[in-house]
Amino acid sequence: MKIRVYLNFNQQTVTEPIIWRLAKEFEVMTNIRTAEVREGMGLVGLEIEGDQDVVEKAIQWLDAQEGVHVEPIEQNVVEG
Amino acid sequence: MSETIVRALKCRECGQEYAIEPTHVCEFCFGPLEVVYDYDKLQGKFTRELIESRRQNMWRYKELLPIDGEPSVGAQNGFTPLVRAKNLEKVLGVSELYIKNDSVCYPTLSFKDRVVSVALSKAVEFGFTTVACASTGNLAGSVAANAAAAGLESYVFIPHDLEQGKVLGAGIFGTKIIGIQGKYDDVNRLCSEVAGKYGWAFVNVNVRPFYAEGSKSLGYEVMEQLGWKAPKHIVVPMASGSLCTKVDKSIKEFIKLGLIEDAGTAVYGAQATGCSPISKSVKDGTDMIHPVHADTIAKSLAIGNPADGFYANRVIRDSGGFAEDISDAEVIAAMKLLAETEGIFAETAGGVTLGCAMKMIESGKLPRDESIVLCITGNGLKTQEAVVDAIEKPRIIAASLKEFDLLAAADGVLNKD
Repeated sequence: MKIRVYLNFNQQTVTEPIIWRLAKEFEVMTNIRTAEVREGMGLVGLEIEGDQDVVEKAIQWLDAQEGVHVEPIEQNVVEG
Repeated sequence: MSETIVRALKCRECGQEYAIEPTHVCEFCFGPLEVVYDYDKLQGKFTRELIESRRQNMWRYKELLPIDGEPSVGAQNGFTPLVRAKNLEKVLGVSELYIKNDSVCYPTLSFKDRVVSVALSKAVEFGFTTVACASTGNLAGSVAANAAAAGLESYVFIPHDLEQGKVLGAGIFGTKIIGIQGKYDDVNRLCSEVAGKYGWAFVNVNVRPFYAEGSKSLGYEVMEQLGWKAPKHIVVPMASGSLCTKVDKSIKEFIKLGLIEDAGTAVYGAQATGCSPISKSVKDGTDMIHPVHADTIAKSLAIGNPADGFYANRVIRDSGGFAEDISDAEVIAAMKLLAETEGIFAETAGGVTLGCAMKMIESGKLPRDESIVLCITGNGLKTQEAVVDAIEKPRIIAASLKEFDLLAAADGVLNKD
């Protein structure tokens, strides 16, 4: 499966190689599609591809990282 | 006038254009897609007289809404009152104040009826027979009601521990309510998977670009109701920030089509301090939106990572407006003030809008001597728990004139004797 997420990094995590660690930790293919870093924060649009259970575990791992906000792109528009 | 002027879906980031389909994310850069129009086709044809000749609902501006022909859902929706708020003007010390009162929007008492009727009309055009949404309140009720009236199947996904009142507000319409064990974020996550797998129209996922356009009708109505002019200042509540951008778009469209003069309208955003990523960015003078964990009684505005935050920030900055946020206590005080001065019982988001406007009037960001419109987007009956402790309890007496006389005397009320 392939899932598309936005990652928000705060001042502490913006300098950390988190996407590299993600790919080391899990058997997933990462593809940065858009990125912006400034004013102590970073925003990355990332594709994560792999077996479903591995991708899910990878997302959970990202979610658990302090200072990283994970938002699936399909869902970032939900309101109300 | 039946020819559609809708041109395409266009990425707000990279400008890539897409055919009109149920999709909302740019495949190239992940940017959000927006409906774009060929306004030139309307030049000279879309006139005040034509609009005024039509029935008083949001579809009198149908050329500027992204449907083909006539709406199939929500044909009666919109055209809510614009109230001159004379009593509130005195309290706030301003000269010209209006309330756009979407707390009485048909049929479910919130501005969501505007966006949902566009989304569901478009869903019918696309051939969907089942519509759905993830929601914690107003949107659920609106999708359920409008789908019922249109004969569509509907599914509403909610967190399993949602308040009974909100479950009832959607359930009465016969929608299928699915409670998800988890938080709102978990509901959202599931919904995107369901949207892909089951081929349903999720109003705030895959038909989102069309859905969002429905908000423009609020702006069109304000301008028509002001006598075909734009206000100098307009204050809108912000959750995702979408309404802010669409009100601005509505004004620019009317100017472009020659329906109004450019009044240099400034757009102002309002948030609760417990969830204020957009107002914070405006006040900090940056356009970067830092996600927050929402914690406020204004639940309909509680989006910690607002999808349109960047764009709302830009509209506010470019138009010369500002953004503000207020505490939950100030939200309740403003709800009471609006009710006591103008007889309008708004939901918590309405308290946010008025409270933030008051703060901006005090700070001089909103001038006292120019026209101001406050957008009230939902009804207080849906968020009664927010004010239940803030209102005076009834005084209980026996059914005796003597007892009432005592009470009236204590109130200083004179009788005819």
